[in-house]
Amino acid sequence: MKHIDEYRDGTAARACAEAIGRITTGPWTIMEVCGGQTHSIVKFGIDELLPPAVTLVHGPGCPVCVTALEYVEKAIEIASVPGVCFCSFGDMLRVPGISRDLLSVKAAGGDVRIVYSPLDALRLAAAHPDREVVFFAVGFETTAPAVAMAAYQAVRQGVRNFSMLVSHVRVPPAMEAVLSSPGNRVQGFLAAGHVCAVMGTSEYGPIASRYHIPIVVTGFEPVDILQGLYMCLRQLEQGRAEVENQYSRSVRPEGNPAARKLMGEIFRVVPRKWRGIGEIARSGLGLREEYASLDAETRFGVAHRTTEEPPECRSGLVLQGILKPRECPEFGTRCTPEHPLGATMVSSEGACAAYYHYRRRRS
Amino acid sequence: MKTGNSFVCPIPIRQYPQVLLAHGGGGTLTHQLIEKMFLPAFGNPLLGARHDGAVFDPPEGRMAFTTDSYVVRPLFFPGGDIGTLAVNGTVNDLAMCGARPLYLSAGFIIEEGLPMDTLWRVVRSMKRAADDAGVQIVTGDTKVVDRGKGDGIFINTAGVGAVPPGRAISPSAVREGDRILLSGDIGRHGIAIMAVREGLEFETTITSDCAPLAGIVESLCEAGIDIHCMRDLTRGGLASTLVEIAEATALQCEIEEVSVPIREEVRAACEILGFDPLYVANEGRFAAFVPAEQAERAVDLMRRHPLGAGAAVIGTVKAGSPGLATLRSLIGATRVIDMLSGEQLPRIC
Repeated sequence: MKHIDEYRDGTAARACAEAIGRITTGPWTIMEVCGGQTHSIVKFGIDELLPPAVTLVHGPGCPVCVTALEYVEKAIEIASVPGVCFCSFGDMLRVPGISRDLLSVKAAGGDVRIVYSPLDALRLAAAHPDREVVFFAVGFETTAPAVAMAAYQAVRQGVRNFSMLVSHVRVPPAMEAVLSSPGNRVQGFLAAGHVCAVMGTSEYGPIASRYHIPIVVTGFEPVDILQGLYMCLRQLEQGRAEVENQYSRSVRPEGNPAARKLMGEIFRVVPRKWRGIGEIARSGLGLREEYASLDAETRFGVAHRTTEEPPECRSGLVLQGILKPRECPEFGTRCTPEHPLGATMVSSEGACAAYYHYRRRRS
Repeated sequence: MKTGNSFVCPIPIRQYPQVLLAHGGGGTLTHQLIEKMFLPAFGNPLLGARHDGAVFDPPEGRMAFTTDSYVVRPLFFPGGDIGTLAVNGTVNDLAMCGARPLYLSAGFIIEEGLPMDTLWRVVRSMKRAADDAGVQIVTGDTKVVDRGKGDGIFINTAGVGAVPPGRAISPSAVREGDRILLSGDIGRHGIAIMAVREGLEFETTITSDCAPLAGIVESLCEAGIDIHCMRDLTRGGLASTLVEIAEATALQCEIEEVSVPIREEVRAACEILGFDPLYVANEGRFAAFVPAEQAERAVDLMRRHPLGAGAAVIGTVKAGSPGLATLRSLIGATRVIDMLSGEQLPRIC
């Protein structure tokens, strides 16, 4: 498969790893921001090719994992309303709320559906005017443009039985939250390639200089990640702190201007609660006033509902790179994919899930 | 009237365009369904005896007996339908025991309102699949449930087969050093179903690999390949099979990621959906555990069979990590292969 095979090539990967070995004196701790990168690292065993002086910690970039419990609860409440057709990306269905998940709402008779695009949910609404179709809009700047398009089209087409439960998040404030945390050990970042394909790279310059930390925009395949690590380590060894772009085949400095323009029309920057971490200023996207009629929280009267996070799940520490999944005392014992304490154990991009599936039984 | 091979439904549409509750009630309509549809289609002396069950002499050697139920949406998909699945699935379970499949039963649970023509298409598929696999459908049952209480049609098949004397194929026969063979590319059935179900369009139509495996297995056995164990890869895919065998044998099953054949379009679909092809369902593929010295010849034999053109040696049985299935990744690192917990769900981004 073109654009994939060459980045999974074993020889190229080993050559990259050897180059890393040659330039690294270390010790260095680098965080990959995106959950997709985390899974590649653990699944392909990329960390095993690295010199011992390099430690990888896993970041907050799993959209499912960071969606606040409060929003999962709101989703469950809305999905349980008779006459509602609740649409979500598949990943969100297994995320545990306080006592159940969306899959159990479905099992109990709720109309919960997996869609591949928010526009599919909009189409469902147009086809079923008798049902209230609600889309669970979660994710980073990667998914936000498609959601913005659905909002734009819903208003254009006058589809009144369509609304969205919006809990979008932004990457740069989360990276700053990691760096400001008292337990922070991150010295370099691999930034999330697909987020930058939409947003461009300009947001990262100020972070790199303010915290004096190298940031390398990186792709998702083994060779991408190893190249990104090489670029990041080279900066660390040379004492530089710049924004570099490894993923230039997808990311332009200006990002995707059309997507950004549409996002700007539909969304405004809001404070957002992150699961396990708490509220981070300016870290979310919410609907603008002009699109408030699409807000499912208002439509279903759940806007002011708040939920406290249970203390036993330490996913917040995992998402900030402070705790590795296997360092959590509940990992693999009280917390498993079948009985998860938190979302990092069930999401396909969750760090705990990656370790559980690919590394569990190794000492 | 010879209706068995006709493309026209033997129960005329003007009479009963759809299946009614009464077709499962045991009365005239049930009788008509059996007489006009099932008997002529499946036509064989044992079924034709119209007994409460099929009565036959036991074959030489030991017997294998298996059952499976088939529920699939949509009922028809590229490369097969619920009828071909119902026959091939049970035939394959018998084949994996080293048995030559002989007889099947067919139990239909039909939802009221199913178009009669749909039932006829399914029955014809079953007949064709049974002929291809060399088995006879010798007994059956039909029930009809209220509309909304089924998904069109559910089929249960049970099968018996003869295990020739001297064959002892089971996990307990697997030994350290055995090679792990795969009969062809993986993931096509699951992706074919997914594509139709979700309306996903790819440049080429991905067709299911649904096929009867008894023939290719027999060709290996007859050539003197000492197959220690076999498993057909169904739900849960190659990954689940390897985990099952590793756990059952308390040995380590290690495969090389680079050796596992996966078609380009299946890989692409998996990339888009966020699926791991190791866990995607198959209906016409199996893994075989054979002594190292016979591995090359076995792969050669498989490749000469139409259903084994893509066969490959994909791994080795080791003693290092008992009970574990492991994979050497494309970049040379080793990871554990785990069973899937729940279904694979499409990812967000």
